Amino acid sequence: MTSASTNVPAVPTAASPGREIAVRCRAVTKTYGTGNSAVKALRGVDIDVHSGELLMLVGPSGCGKTTLISVIAGVLDRDGGECTVLGEDYARMRSDAKTTFRGRNVGFVFQAFNLIPTLTIAENVSVPMLINGSPRTAAMKAAKDMLAQVGLGERVNDIPSRLSGGQQQRVAIARALVHQPRLLVCDEPTSALDHVTGQKVMELLRQVASAHELSLVVVTHDQRIFEFADRIAEMDDGHIMRITAGSGHKVAAHGAATGAGR
Amino acid sequence: MNLLALKMLLNDRAKYAGIVLGVMLASMVITQQGSIFVGLMSRTFAAITDAGGPDIWVMDPKVQFIDDTKPMQATALNRVRGVPGVAFAAPLYKGLLRVRLDNGEFQNCNVIGLDDATLTGGPPAMLEGKVEDLRRADAVIVDAVGASTRLARKPTTPGGSPVPLKVGDTMELNDRRGVVVGISLNTRSFQSQPTIYTTFSRATQFAPRERKQLTFILVNAAEGEDHDALCERISESTGLAAYTRDQFKWKTVMHFVNNTGIPINFGMAVSLGFVIGALITGFMFFSFTLDNLRFLGTLKAMGTSDRTLLRMILLQAVSVAVVGYGLGIGAAAWFGHSMSGTPLAFRMTWQLLFVAFCAVVVICMLAAMLSIRKVMKLEPAIVFKG
Repeated sequence: MTSASTNVPAVPTAASPGREIAVRCRAVTKTYGTGNSAVKALRGVDIDVHSGELLMLVGPSGCGKTTLISVIAGVLDRDGGECTVLGEDYARMRSDAKTTFRGRNVGFVFQAFNLIPTLTIAENVSVPMLINGSPRTAAMKAAKDMLAQVGLGERVNDIPSRLSGGQQQRVAIARALVHQPRLLVCDEPTSALDHVTGQKVMELLRQVASAHELSLVVVTHDQRIFEFADRIAEMDDGHIMRITAGSGHKVAAHGAATGAGR
Repeated sequence: MNLLALKMLLNDRAKYAGIVLGVMLASMVITQQGSIFVGLMSRTFAAITDAGGPDIWVMDPKVQFIDDTKPMQATALNRVRGVPGVAFAAPLYKGLLRVRLDNGEFQNCNVIGLDDATLTGGPPAMLEGKVEDLRRADAVIVDAVGASTRLARKPTTPGGSPVPLKVGDTMELNDRRGVVVGISLNTRSFQSQPTIYTTFSRATQFAPRERKQLTFILVNAAEGEDHDALCERISESTGLAAYTRDQFKWKTVMHFVNNTGIPINFGMAVSLGFVIGALITGFMFFSFTLDNLRFLGTLKAMGTSDRTLLRMILLQAVSVAVVGYGLGIGAAAWFGHSMSGTPLAFRMTWQLLFVAFCAVVVICMLAAMLSIRKVMKLEPAIVFKG
């Protein structure tokens, strides 16, 4: 099956040449439901994500962006095609191995933050460490260090509801990074934030991706943050329609020079 | 993760209180109603308990329970004494007699006639006087509750308290005079009639004339004698029924269980406590899980295994079970304690606490099962849905 993306070659960017491929999807398909009610969410998607690259998935609602990051993150099984993430194919893994792999290598940032409201922000950030078997004291120390890095070192004992939306998203980013994953998937990370806060959050993500050779896949509708992408993949009707170069590498260089996001 | 599971539960205070309340309610109702039932059933064999010492009770084979008196011939006593293995056998009269108080009122009382020589089967404890005082002329001993309630004299002043019967007071039984020589401390009985102790020979004079007046024979087995075997031997030799003390207690309890609606009434109350507790707990716990479904999905997406989530939910269920159970039995115990001076029957046994604990565990596991089923079927991809 030929996807739209095969007709539109990926535009080389500063992020891609010579870099290791973290995610490689070929002809990935996914259908929800059966029979007349079947909905083809992915109709043969080809896409690569390189180490240290920030790839944005954009497109109208229902075009398959969320399905694609769900498949890439390993929280949803594809129906067909191939998809390797950090050299591993989820389809060849047992369920518990996939869960363990996800816990060690994938970080998540959600649109609604998904911070557990009854835990302090330090406890929220420590969760991935605990999932990976770290002792509680070590997990809390790492969580506090990470919160300090995102500028929330003074708020470790607050509960999420006491923080602003931007601060909560920074906590979510800290939680996504605390266990040093190699792939970060972000679902509309700025849609619940105002413009200025959204910019700051993206600067932070951009900086982290560059600093740690982390691959970022960001689903967004927010055109104001396109400037942070290394590449932008436009999706429609389950296809990658076009991949264009973004200016993320310039932003990263500028951010590094000015200390943005700190 | 265990600590996080507990914090997730504890910090959602309204839900936590609701869940614990459900468990507490179930635990309290089961324990409280169970304790009253056990207390009532214990009272049915109060006379056996209070008789103390005898290893074996011998009676007419048709007797169904302690108050079901079917007198035997006086010769039965010697026949029992002749059975090998019987160290000692004493007669006991037990009957419901009408007592005429000195103000002219009548009151039905349980009259127990003890062996004249040994006074075997006497009251468990004395508040005033001694059991041996029964050897005095016309002597009777009255139980303390009876003396201060049904046998008490009218208040001396209008609106005043009744005057309890005391040592030296007299009463009339079947036209014969009885003189109170002691006040005993007895277990409250099921029928709650006053208990009057006297000697066997005097009791048979108090009682209306009958050909047979030997109600029970109290037997002590020879040292080292197997009580069950001796019961069988007595039955075979005399044609009478013989039971160990515990067997006779159970026979009495089972009579009330089988022939009254008491167990059904209490069973319904206990069942209602269980069902209501299970519904409240199940609903609140499931609601708590639903509220946290997005976060549980997030944990699942971030790499938490199903086994860990299962453990977290079970830990939450066990913690509410323990806390709710503790509060429930605490409340039931407080109720029992606060009612200790009243006629209410209340007996909290470890078996009852164990049953209540098992019921609470079942309730919490049922509640957890609903949540576990939901979480196990949860797709981690839910986290990306708006």
